[in-house]
Amino acid sequence: MTTTVRTSSLLAISDLTVRFRLPDATVHAVTGIDVTVAPGELLAVVGESGCGKSVLAHALLGLLPANAAVTGTALLHGDGAPIDLLTADDKILARSVRGRRIGLVPQSPATALTPVRTGRRLLEETLRAHGRPRAEADTVAAGVGLTPADLDLYPHELSGGMAQRLATALALAPDPPLLLADEPTSGLDRPLVDATLDVLRQRCDNGAAVILITHDLAAAQRVADSVAVMYASRIVEHRPAAGFFAGPRHPYAHALLDALPDRAFAPIPGHPPMLTALPAGCAFAPRCPHAADDCGIQPGLHPDVACHHPIGDRP
Amino acid sequence: MITAEGITVAYGRRRVLDGVSLSLARGETVGLRGPSGAGKSTLLRVLALLHRPAAGTVSIDGTAITGTRYTVPAAVRTRIGVLFQSPRAAADPRLSLADIIAEPLRVARRSDISARVADLADTVGLTADLLSRRPHAVSDGQLQRACLARAFAHTPDYLLCDEATTMLDAATQALIATVITDYQQRHNAGVLIVTHDPALMTRWADRTLDLADLPATAR
Ligand SMILES: Nc1ncnc2c1ncn2[C@@H]1O[C@H](COP(=O)(O)OP(=O)(O)O)[C@@H](O)[C@H]1O
Ligand code: SF4
Ligand SMILES: [Mg+2]
Repeated sequence: MTTTVRTSSLLAISDLTVRFRLPDATVHAVTGIDVTVAPGELLAVVGESGCGKSVLAHALLGLLPANAAVTGTALLHGDGAPIDLLTADDKILARSVRGRRIGLVPQSPATALTPVRTGRRLLEETLRAHGRPRAEADTVAAGVGLTPADLDLYPHELSGGMAQRLATALALAPDPPLLLADEPTSGLDRPLVDATLDVLRQRCDNGAAVILITHDLAAAQRVADSVAVMYASRIVEHRPAAGFFAGPRHPYAHALLDALPDRAFAPIPGHPPMLTALPAGCAFAPRCPHAADDCGIQPGLHPDVACHHPIGDRP
Repeated sequence: MITAEGITVAYGRRRVLDGVSLSLARGETVGLRGPSGAGKSTLLRVLALLHRPAAGTVSIDGTAITGTRYTVPAAVRTRIGVLFQSPRAAADPRLSLADIIAEPLRVARRSDISARVADLADTVGLTADLLSRRPHAVSDGQLQRACLARAFAHTPDYLLCDEATTMLDAATQALIATVITDYQQRHNAGVLIVTHDPALMTRWADRTLDLADLPATAR
């Protein structure tokens, strides 16, 4: 394993917090996220469904619904002064950030595709809008496993997996320095999963950055440089991928890896907490085999695991 | 035993299944695999009485079933539960999770609906605060659990799962597999799982079938 020294950051997220107001409750969807992403880095964000991964991505793109309240900063660096994604005007986000500087592969692509245009029209328009020749459509599509004939279909004629790949091709077309890929491989079978992951990896090897949001730990293991594990709205472990998969340190991360069918295939006892009523202190405590009295105090992420008794520290 | 015999299905001119047969006994877990687009989901929908094949018969314990969906008597239809890959596509976005679970109970005019919903929700590990939410305010894993609870509503003898955990994280996948296996043991149910994850197939299924190898007469 090689250690890369990151000298610059492309995205610096600090204390990002998202709350949703419901008529009778507040959803703590994302809490106190601190993450930086460097050019060339592939960061995988993993965690149980409902832990806040998609909300995190949508917050960065200003795509949250009206009942959301967002605090913190998320500085996107590039040419010129950094821009805070959380406070930037929506016109600026729409004109110069979304698509152009940050690409998004949405989680449910079928609903995000314009129904009256073929994949080819959509892809060619995107390429042209970003100054690339239309003729590259076939190449970009081939990269995600779509044939020229596939491109001539309308969105409703696509299978879920094809729609997924088209959405990925559309996000890649502007060649954004940062790509947020929210479950880009769901619904694909293994060969296509691997092909898509390899496309993402290749982007990073060429200097772009990718945040891969995925529930698929095998996918993260295949391509990620670093892994951030979310639980109940917080990052509980954030480490270089190789070390993480060899020996997760947070008890939740450990349990999540153990749930894999080629490991113990064991569900985690108990339920994730309601994000409307999080316990004081560590949110994993009710399910944690290592919980002790001090776990009633919220553990901070220092330096890379948020736990009072991380695995490997005990005698 | 639920049996599909000589099932042929074509979409337009494309024939996806050609005289395929498969049977599933109570108490067993059968895994079905095959490349994407090969017709696994189509076969499952035929078994679930959701799709009428161009030729072939579905029967339960030797009795052939004619018709699909609501043309099949409720007493027969409710013996089969189905769980799909995408809970978003399978749940009415206007309903609360409680109402999604209650749907089949309402159709059957059950009287003890709220107690039964609470019971089913508990079986799949859905907490009370989630039950009043609508699909847009819950995650895929939470919604899939509601769909599983709904599939259990009439205590089916057969449960057909089409890539039902593919979109879910490892912990939710293991939970759903465990909940289904518990259910299977309690009710001696037959379970069919379609998945392209070989590790999951090996771990979960008692026997595995390849769609391409299915014979033209029932095994
Ligand atoms: N518009 C909304 N209103 C209220 N709660 C929401 C809304 N959108 C998402 N949530 C809640 O926020 C939490 C995080 O959701 P999400 O980011 O989609 O999870 P993940 O992507 O990790 O599966 C979940 O508990 C979900 O129910
Ligand atoms: S802080 Fe305590 S309860 Fe939380 S994961 Fe660590 S040991 Fe378990
Ligand atoms: Mg998500």
